[in-house]
Amino acid sequence: MNPRPSRFDRALFFTGLAVLCVWTLLPIYLLALGALGGRDIVSQWPKPFAPFSVALDTLRTFLAIDGVWRATWVSVKAAAMTMVMALAMGVPAGYALARFRFRGSGAYRILILMTRAFPVAILALPLTVSFIRLGVYDTPFGVALVHAVLATPFATLVCASLFMGIPREFEEAAWVFGCSRFTGFIKVVLPLALPGIAAASIFAFVLSWNEVFAASVLTVRQRPLTAFLLSVLSESPLHLQFAGGLILIVPSVLFIFLVRRRLFAMWGIGNR
Amino acid sequence: MREGRLLPYLLIAPSVLFLTGLFLFPLGQTALLAFQQGGSWGLGNFHRMADDLNFGDAMANTFKVVLLAVPLQLALALAMTMMLRQVRRGRDILVWIWSIPLGISDLAAGLVWLAILTDQGWFNSALFQLGLISSPQAWLTYETPLALLAAIVIAEIWRATAIVFVILLAGVQLLPKEYEEAAEVFGATAWQRFMRITLPLLKPSIQTALILRTVLAFEMFAMALALGGRNFPVLVSEAFNWQYQSQDYGVAAAYAVLVMAISIAATLVYLVALRVPAEQRA
Amino acid sequence: MASITIERVAKSFGEVQALAEVNLTVADGEFVALLGPSGCGKTTLLRIIAGLEAQSRGRVLIGERDVSDLPPRKRGLAMVFQNYAVFPHLTVFENVAFGLRMAKADKARVLAQVEKAASLLHIEGLLKRYPAQLSGGQRQRVAVARALAVEPAVLLMDEPLSNLDALLRLEMRAELKGVLAQAGTTTLYVTHDQTEAMGLADRIAVMHGGRIEQVGTPSDIYDRPRTRFVGGFVGNPPMNFLDLPVRDGKADLGGMTFPVPAGSGSQVLLGLRGEDIVPASEGEPGFVFTLRVAELLGPQFLLTGSAAGGQPMRVVLPAGGTLPPLTPGTDLRLKPDVARLSWIGGDGIALEQRS
Repeated sequence: MNPRPSRFDRALFFTGLAVLCVWTLLPIYLLALGALGGRDIVSQWPKPFAPFSVALDTLRTFLAIDGVWRATWVSVKAAAMTMVMALAMGVPAGYALARFRFRGSGAYRILILMTRAFPVAILALPLTVSFIRLGVYDTPFGVALVHAVLATPFATLVCASLFMGIPREFEEAAWVFGCSRFTGFIKVVLPLALPGIAAASIFAFVLSWNEVFAASVLTVRQRPLTAFLLSVLSESPLHLQFAGGLILIVPSVLFIFLVRRRLFAMWGIGNR
Repeated sequence: MREGRLLPYLLIAPSVLFLTGLFLFPLGQTALLAFQQGGSWGLGNFHRMADDLNFGDAMANTFKVVLLAVPLQLALALAMTMMLRQVRRGRDILVWIWSIPLGISDLAAGLVWLAILTDQGWFNSALFQLGLISSPQAWLTYETPLALLAAIVIAEIWRATAIVFVILLAGVQLLPKEYEEAAEVFGATAWQRFMRITLPLLKPSIQTALILRTVLAFEMFAMALALGGRNFPVLVSEAFNWQYQSQDYGVAAAYAVLVMAISIAATLVYLVALRVPAEQRA
Repeated sequence: MASITIERVAKSFGEVQALAEVNLTVADGEFVALLGPSGCGKTTLLRIIAGLEAQSRGRVLIGERDVSDLPPRKRGLAMVFQNYAVFPHLTVFENVAFGLRMAKADKARVLAQVEKAASLLHIEGLLKRYPAQLSGGQRQRVAVARALAVEPAVLLMDEPLSNLDALLRLEMRAELKGVLAQAGTTTLYVTHDQTEAMGLADRIAVMHGGRIEQVGTPSDIYDRPRTRFVGGFVGNPPMNFLDLPVRDGKADLGGMTFPVPAGSGSQVLLGLRGEDIVPASEGEPGFVFTLRVAELLGPQFLLTGSAAGGQPMRVVLPAGGTLPPLTPGTDLRLKPDVARLSWIGGDGIALEQRS
């Protein structure tokens, strides 16, 4: 804000920015080198820092391992189900919080916020027994159920703040011109909130895609990718672990890119 | 509208039922499991937990990581937030890059840093090329506990500073810039503005970030497994092992209760320590 | 106390020019209002003087001191912000004391100055409260007290009343004038509200498109606008402008002729305030005004219609006098006050019509 910072200050400042970018990106780059650098790179010493030969061997080998594809597919299914459940419950609940003042809304908010103070994934432990009884143990759906406990409160709060940002008058105008509450919501509120809801659902997806503990506890054969990687951690060679890590990271990075403009809108709500 | 009476309850009903069944119920179940043994109440599970060889280490390791990583994350995220505010061009790309780790799981982050810190990894290669070491060094074994702790703290900072950063940035963007401009006009230096205006006004965001971050840090385990294997037990990895290797659900539940108790205690501390009275809110 | 001198200050944001070489001097103890529509550059100019924005060219002097490259805190000024910027996490007392604390004033002085400023603005009873417990008007007072407590050489105010409701604004305006006159601080006051500028300022600088169009006392600005913009912006209703043909140095308004100062071509723009027009009596020279709408605004009528070949015109007539029937569509015969005509050339700038 000082009108004219000195040249030295500016140089220092931009160096700082650059260092932070390198700090974030370099580790991912190195993992990618390890995963894509071919079989030799794992045993190479000292390791090169430039991508001298990008071979897809390792990735191919990794994907060829029995179960990797299946684990990936389980992950995708669980994440998609998490997303659907979080939206199906979060959108209406968010609308209720945003548009109605009702007895018990305070208690409901506390329930929602409680999920933040608890390490929810740990609750997967006692669920093992009931899941076996219900027949959802060792299924993507079972994993998604627990992940939805994480994602639903988040989706509810995001949707509530999105809907609060849409003036009530828009809906009232729709009612005056013949919409019911439901059609008014579908025709007026939903289209306006859609980008935000899309971002929230992407977040729900990533949340499930990344979760390790519940995924590991609740599955044996139908393991999501994270659980699969964790279970083979001690026995698989390093370059395959790197390949697995890279496959875990890539979709997340893309998702974050997609929602980058909405990150603040989504996390700013945490302050209320 | 008459429907208005019931409608909100209908709208929240699915999530209330869902959270009751899959959050509150298992919460109670965990407590039951932890405090029961062979059908009778007691602290047996907790005794067995505490008597276990790994318990002390797991406890110490967990706290070391949280106490080292969380303050550093907060400091780094504050610095990033303040720097970003001065950036005119390229904000978008910086925000994206800096928030990338937000999408990375602790397992993947563990694997990233394993690639760097393993014996023949890039860290040792860099040291070698700088002439600091002559042959691969091991950093992640039980013989190098400090290096292992440092590795996990660094990996944790790398992974989870992003979430603190994003929460703080969201908070900063809600602050009208006039507050700082006013402070500047009335004679405050950059440091004074930060300490007396920005930081106090950011308290709610800092509180949110710390709660979320601390709870998640106590939950961390895949990263410790990826980097340290069994050399770096933490509370949650012990719970995992009791459940899995020993099939002893009672002790696993006792661990879960312990982790939850610690998380809640930490949350309460933050809620009280960083409370902003209603009359002091913007 | 100190004067403010702005020398050829210019500011561009990339391609966009926000300020084009502005010169302005505010004398020691004077109250000058920067008046203009939004986007005219008045706030940018104020922020450059405060040091919150860097000028692209030019110098800012406070007193004899060139402060162009100094950060705000070293310029020795105080400012009242549009949204007050009263710190929500500090009590009223600490807000008012903020500048003094930054200057490391000793306890006794802080206490004395805060008390003085608080009593000047009648907020003694609020010192222990937090801003969230205050009304908009009270926050406004805190913001002014905070500025006066440091006894600044120069006080800058950025639309300080625009966030208050109409009644409160009127009350605060009167009070502000009294308080500032008592403090005797050199003040630069940004506003888009002409009545505020007229009522408060010793002199007004009217800005438009990044330039100062005219600087002068309120009556100068109102009676003798230097440009078409100033005439149109100041006054309610705005000044009428009629395009008139000129023959032999005389302009022709519907049969009435007026001598035009030198410098006009074959066309001239006549600036005429609505209240400087009266009905012409029988036999007197006058021009024809075709009435479209008549509105009674308390003590006067506002007539909207056209004259001089269909050019729009507004006329203000006192409601009490004898008036012709005000049916839409009627033609009225009116005459201007010959002593109060403004003549504007083709470039939009007033021709010198007075010796």
